[in-house]
Parts: sequence; C-alpha cells; structure tokens
Amino acid sequence: MADTIIATNVVKRYRALTAVDDVSLSVGHGEFFGILGPNGAGKTTLLEIIEGLRQADSGDVTVLGERVWPRNPKLLNKIGVQLQASAFFERLTAKEQLETFGALYGTSSQRITEMLEMVGLTDKAGTQAEKLSGGQAQRLSIACALIHDPEIVFLDEPSAALDPQARRNLWDVLRGINERGKTVVLTTHYMDEAESLCDRVAIMDNGNILQLGPPAELVRTLDAPVRISVEAGSLSVELARSIEGVEEVTGDKVSTVIATRRPAPVLAALAEADALEGLQVRGATLEDVFLDLTGREYRA
Amino acid sequence: MSELVGRKQQTDREQPQRTRGGGMKAFSSLSLAMLKGFYRDKLSVGFSVLFPLFFILIFGTVFAGDGGSAPKVVVVGQVQVIDSLPAEAKAALEEAVELVPGTTLDAALEQVRAGDVGGAVEQQGNTVILHFSSADATTAATVQGIFGAFVSQANIVASGSPPTFTLQTEQVEDQSLQPIQFIAPGMIAYGIAVGAVFGAAATLITWREKKLLRRLRLAPVSTATVVSSRVVVSVAIALVQLVLFVGVSTLPFLGLQLSGAAYMAVPLVIAGTLAFLAIGLLVGSVAKTVEGGSGLANLITLPMAFLSGAFIPLESAPAWMSTVAKFLPLTYLVEGLKDVLVRGEGPQAALLPILIMLVFAAVVTFIATRVFRWDAA
Repeated sequence: MADTIIATNVVKRYRALTAVDDVSLSVGHGEFFGILGPNGAGKTTLLEIIEGLRQADSGDVTVLGERVWPRNPKLLNKIGVQLQASAFFERLTAKEQLETFGALYGTSSQRITEMLEMVGLTDKAGTQAEKLSGGQAQRLSIACALIHDPEIVFLDEPSAALDPQARRNLWDVLRGINERGKTVVLTTHYMDEAESLCDRVAIMDNGNILQLGPPAELVRTLDAPVRISVEAGSLSVELARSIEGVEEVTGDKVSTVIATRRPAPVLAALAEADALEGLQVRGATLEDVFLDLTGREYRA
Repeated sequence: MSELVGRKQQTDREQPQRTRGGGMKAFSSLSLAMLKGFYRDKLSVGFSVLFPLFFILIFGTVFAGDGGSAPKVVVVGQVQVIDSLPAEAKAALEEAVELVPGTTLDAALEQVRAGDVGGAVEQQGNTVILHFSSADATTAATVQGIFGAFVSQANIVASGSPPTFTLQTEQVEDQSLQPIQFIAPGMIAYGIAVGAVFGAAATLITWREKKLLRRLRLAPVSTATVVSSRVVVSVAIALVQLVLFVGVSTLPFLGLQLSGAAYMAVPLVIAGTLAFLAIGLLVGSVAKTVEGGSGLANLITLPMAFLSGAFIPLESAPAWMSTVAKFLPLTYLVEGLKDVLVRGEGPQAALLPILIMLVFAAVVTFIATRVFRWDAA
C-alpha cells in the first residue's frame, strides 16, 4: 500500500538560514509519526510545507497521492491541522469555535457534541476560548482540527507549555485518535513524548533529519549502556566494580549507579549479594540518541 | 519540478468543488462569529457606538442651551450711552447681553480674563470702550457685534435723521435649527469610520497573529467568502449605528429635525463603510501587532475626523484644511449626510459622495492587497 505522505528532497531557505535542508521522508497509513528536535530545528517549517501552507524552494510533497502546493482543494477535507498558536476566533466559546469550524467543512451539529466529549471539554462548552487553560485550549484546537473527521491529522507542538498532568491527558486523546485509524503527524521537542506516542520518529537538527525509525530501534542501535541504580550502602563501590560486565560505577549519598551493556549477569550478581534495595533500571532514551548524534546535550 | 505541471493539475482538480449550500453555511457562520466577536468586545463597542453617542448627547445638550444664555458684560462706572437709552431700546440690548454693574475697571478686566464674563464696557467722553478676551472667540465676536451695532444705532439716533436702510435677518434652514443638526451627521460619520477601520484592521491582525488566517487557508472556504462575510458584518454594524445615532438625536431634548432625502443616508453609509474597511485592510496589512495596528488606525482616524469636518465645521477652516479634506473619504460621508439629513437636499446630492467613496475604496483595497501578508513573520 502506498505511503500516505511522501516528501522528497524538500529544501526551504530563509535568507542565510536553511530551515529545511534536503529532507525526504514518508509516512504510512495509520502511522503515528513524530518529528523531534530542539527549537529552531526546522520542524514547524517542514510540517507546514507538508500541510501545504508553505511553498518549498525545491523538492516535492504529496499527501494521499495529491500535490500539496499550490493550495489543493481536494486535500482540504482530508487533512486536519492544528497550528502552533491557538488559532481561534476571538471571544467565541468552545462550542462556538467548533460550530464555526464545523460549518466551514459542512459537518453536523451532532459531531460537535462528540468532539467536546472526546477532548473532555463538555463542561467548558460555554467558556470563551481566551478563558480556557493552556491544556484545555490545546485540546480544543485539536478538536477543531478533527471536526471534519480527517484522514490525516497534523499537530504542531501540541503539548508545548503544558503541565505534566495536562500532557498526559493530551497523550490519551492523541492515542485515541491514532487508534481510530487516523494517520497522525506531530512535531515535538519532548523526547519522552515522541518515545511514548510515536511509531516512528525523525530526529531533526539544523534542518536535517539525523535519524529516522521506531524509537526503540533508535535507542537499541545506539548500544548505550543501561544504568542500574541501587540504594547507596547496599554494596561497596569496590564490590560493584568487581562484577563482570560493569563498565562504570558512580555514586552519591543516595544511590550507587552501575553502567553496563550486559544487565542480566550484573542483576544476577546484585541479587546474589542481596543488594537490590531501591533498584531502578534505566535504559538509554532518545535523549542519549540525540547526544550521540549531535555530540551535545539535548536542550528543548 | 516544473511549475507548469503543477498548475495544470490544480485546475483539473478544482472542478469537484463544494456545494453551494456548504458555502452559504460557511459564510453565515463566519459572519456570526465576527458579529459575536464584535459585540462581546467592550472596547470596540465603546469606541464605535458609545463614544459617538456620548458626544451627541454632550454637545447636543450643552450647545442646545447656548442660544438662551446671553453673554454677561460688566458695565464699569457710568456709561451714558446705555443709561440714556429709551426703555424699549434698553430692553432689546439686555436681551442680547446681560448687563452687570461693576465698580472698578481692574476688577472687571480680571473677570474678563478669567472668562467669567464676556466683556467689560466703559465710556470715556464720547468713546465707548469694550474690553474683551480672545480666549473665547465666539463670545468676543458676539459682544463686539452687539456693541458695534448698538453704537451705530446710537449715532443714528444722535444725528436726528431716520435710518435709510434697515436690516432684517432670516435663517434659511428650519427656524428651529439647533447645533444638533451639525453635530449629529459628523458624529454618525465618525462612529461609522472608527467602527469599520478598527474592525477590519483588528480582525486581520489578530487572525494573522493567531495563525487563524493560515488555518482558514487549509479549510475548504474561499478567500472571497471570508472577505465578504467581514464586509457584510461591518455594513450591518454601520447601519445599526446609523439608525441608533439618528434615533437618539431625534429625541425631543436633542431635537434633530430630518429634512431632505434621509433614506439616502443608507447608501451613503454603505459606501462609506467600504471606504473605511479598505483603510482598515491597509492598516491590517501593514501593521504587525494589534497594538501597532490600533495606534496606526488612531493616527489615521483622529486627524481624519478633524480635517474632514466631522468634529468642527469646515466652513471656517483655513484653505489648506479644505484641500486636505478633499482627499479624505470621511469628508464625503459627513457632507453627504449633512446634505440629505439636515440641509434638505434631494437624493442626487448623495450620488457624487457615494461615487467618490467607492472609488476610494477600490483604490485603497488594491493597494492593501499588494502589501498583504499571510504571516506575522
């Protein structure tokens, strides 16, 4: 089956800055795809080119087999977009926003009630968009993007500036959308978000895609050590260093951290020494992948 | 890739467009959204409705009392010319000015300077001296006129011969003409101008800032639908303003009397709204932030209101002002409204102003589309 989104050799320059530098990618039907990178990596520019909002200097983008530029009326009903800013009509309530967007697509009023319920804003239906909290506004803007039941949803930094609880709520909403068979493409600068939600991620920096693949695979190919931490004092640093396969031991007053690429024998040895108090095992994350790829610490 | 191929495909694809019903629904729902956005915004309602209404009420009531209160004039010492008047003539003089006896010249001059009285009069020999302050030009002119006429009359009486000429004055407008007749059309025009300029500019800027413009680009709705709903909403608001302002002005205590082809105010207001929307569109295209936009809109509407005669009559304005006024759409709305609302002119008086405002709207809209941007950046 053909890919839903195909971008080939996309380039976009703003004067001296190359925002998107020869990027190619494809997204499959029903896939949850993430574009991950720090601010200024070129994620939003790339996304807006794919949405058909911006013209690429060169390269080609097709969505559902259709060219996205110039504005293609055939695609408008099939894609839903949520832009970085809260693109609402001023002083309209949550329900009125959905009604207005719904009218643009000719959707039924039944759908509006459903959408409010889906994003958990039923009790905020009569609240003006300006008076919603950050998380509520983000969920409303996602509801507006989904009002016409599009096949593909584009979300630009949906969880930016949300508190952890609001982010978790939002993730549930996004997973729900994907489970209904929608293709979801989002940009994010949160590593954990990409890891938790996406089937595949493209790690972007300075307009380039550094690596692309399922998060687990990216982490695995990194071959980074696993960090095992136990309560400080459970075992001496010397003893820890003597365990086979241990690469590095660090510690402070709270815990002793053991780095290893072979966690199984190390854990067995720890169990034998009865030193599993406060055990935590942390594998490599996308942050480690980013560090490995760019040689610098990941800073959102 | 070749641009040509892309374009060809584009035209092929535009055929299965949305149904007409969907377009109407989009149009009416966008209009409703903008209307709600307007009346829920206290500031824009305040500036375009309450502010002009407030001015109509204040000026209408303050100036309405003006005709009744004669300026006070302090009579310093003995002014024989007045004292020796026959009772009838003295009564006539006292109807025009209120004579107050004063003691010293210095005290009287102080009162004139402070603006408490319109003037001070004294007599030295055969010379009647009138002291006035030019701070209040109208009162000064009134008092000078009255005393000038009074002294000439006294001279005629002194000469002993009957006057050769007599002057009878009659107003050409309705005898009951009140200042409201001049204030109301100006304020109506100003309120409509402010509403349309700010409405269009604010919509454009906030929608761009919040990326709503881009969001709408990705909805199956044409630019024409978005623009026409904004125009229809602005015209509707302007017509409500017209009805409201005229309605309030005709209340008995304000006393606006309509004379002329008043119904022509409707097409005048529609043409005017289009011209002001065009200005708002230009402001919205140029300005990057809401603050910048409203500053620029003020910078245009306020001087325009003064130069076009919405606040002060142009008849007494210097020549350069009348020249500048010829290039301002508000001038034509003010003049057109005065013609058909209070000057008793027929419908044809509105035709030229309407035409000029429509041409202005077309030209400025064209310029605005040249500088229009989808993005804030």
